[in-house]
Amino acid sequence: MNAQATVTAKPRSLQSALRFVLPVIVFAAGILAWELLVRIKGIPPYVLPAPSVIVLTLIKDWAVLSQSLAATLLTTLEGFAAASIGGIALALLFNQSKWVEYSLFPYAIVLQVTPVIAIAPLLLIYLEQQTAVVACAFIVAFFPVLSNTTLGLNSVDRNLAGLFQLYGASKPQTLRFLKLPAALPYILGGLRIAGGLSLIGAVVAEIAAGTAGAGSGLAYRIAESGYRLNIPRMFAALLLLSLAGIVIYGVLAVVSHLVLRRWHESALGKEN
Amino acid sequence: MSSGKTSLAADAGLTHLAVSLRGVTKTYDNGVLALGALDLTVRKGEFISLLGPSGCGKSTALRIIAELTAPSSGTVRVARHEGARQPGHGIGFVFQEPTLMPWTSVRENVRLPLKLAGIPKAEARARSDEALASVGLADFADAFPRELSGGMKMRASLARALVTEPDILLMDEPFAALDEITRFRLNNDLLALWRSLGKTVIFVTHSVFESVYLSQRVVVMTARPGRIQADIRIETVEPRGEAFRTSAAYSDYCRKVSAALAPSYSGQSTL
Repeated sequence: MNAQATVTAKPRSLQSALRFVLPVIVFAAGILAWELLVRIKGIPPYVLPAPSVIVLTLIKDWAVLSQSLAATLLTTLEGFAAASIGGIALALLFNQSKWVEYSLFPYAIVLQVTPVIAIAPLLLIYLEQQTAVVACAFIVAFFPVLSNTTLGLNSVDRNLAGLFQLYGASKPQTLRFLKLPAALPYILGGLRIAGGLSLIGAVVAEIAAGTAGAGSGLAYRIAESGYRLNIPRMFAALLLLSLAGIVIYGVLAVVSHLVLRRWHESALGKEN
Repeated sequence: MSSGKTSLAADAGLTHLAVSLRGVTKTYDNGVLALGALDLTVRKGEFISLLGPSGCGKSTALRIIAELTAPSSGTVRVARHEGARQPGHGIGFVFQEPTLMPWTSVRENVRLPLKLAGIPKAEARARSDEALASVGLADFADAFPRELSGGMKMRASLARALVTEPDILLMDEPFAALDEITRFRLNNDLLALWRSLGKTVIFVTHSVFESVYLSQRVVVMTARPGRIQADIRIETVEPRGEAFRTSAAYSDYCRKVSAALAPSYSGQSTL
């Protein structure tokens, strides 16, 4: 029994190690090829900076870039919070009243399908810059929260709903003890998408605002460095944005896993 | 058939009745007549089975008794709790699936009806543990539903139905999805509970053998729209046990019930 277990366990651990190691190897090879290409061909940094130059720029300009990173992260966080609260609240409202849902849902879709990059300049005219940027992040991110939460609230087991009815549960009780827990996996899925989208929304708005000149976020740094042909700094800022996106996704995935790990299929091990 | 026996129960007077249906029908929104007209009386403390083909409306009848579905016509009378610890919750319902909330422990699942009724937590917990012990799940109170086997989930569901100490237990094909050995064991445990607690049980099933083994009365229903085809009293030495399952009387009753059920399937020659 034991021997058999170790025999079957070996390929599985090897496979999971490969899943981690292989992308790292590809990444290292890509970076190495990039570095070699730039050095052998003698490409100037204002055309294509070598990875080593980008890392050096990141360290050298850390004072400026870290401030921009903080600004962008704050915007993203505000947009994400607004999208989460707004999306969930609107879904709850829709769930309570069909009339409200019929009246407002089409406009939520309109807001979703209109490209935010086209709305951003308008928002910048009517709103203060920081508010406009947060509004952009909100517009991009709230729809997945809304639609996922709506789906979750409508996916309650019919028999469980009957059970709550049988025991005379009030509307708030049904919401708190049945609908919200049942919708939780869906809500968390929506939040995971919204996290990445609110970063995109913040960046789009910063770029649109960048031409107005008062920005300080990472996207503004990228636009500004572009005008100044400071290509290494563009890459450094891009690297930070990409890392920020990965961290946001990772944090939300971990939170989702921790919340659902004891009961939801998506968070359970394959053996169970 | 021996349908005349129901009138005896009716003559005994309303005070002895747990449930009485008069001319109850149910028409779905799409115009399909699912049930009726159904006349049924169940005495207090009686164990009856509703037996019939799939789609004959037996589950609908149960939902109507539980007030989960409104009848399209007819009158429904259900005796309510008197002087019990918790008024207004005279009915326990066990669904075909365990219908447990997957996001919380077995104990919390069983405590739900008490929580919804606003019973203080300490008392509710004690009563939940009591109910879990009565179905043999005392050691699994902190487990999550997914950690239980199919039979144990059904036991948890039964414990939740019992926790409000209802007078009437409605069971909608509760053991249909279980393997035979587990089902036999749960049948015996259910009979033991029924004997010790003295509740009225209305048990919906499509198994002739299960209905004869469990109940004092088997009410055979016709195909849709469901009406009562036959009302057969099962009389044997109580308490019943495994010996009854293998007795000649048991197989005689099974034959009799099967014969009563056969016309319900006559229209469905493909089956």
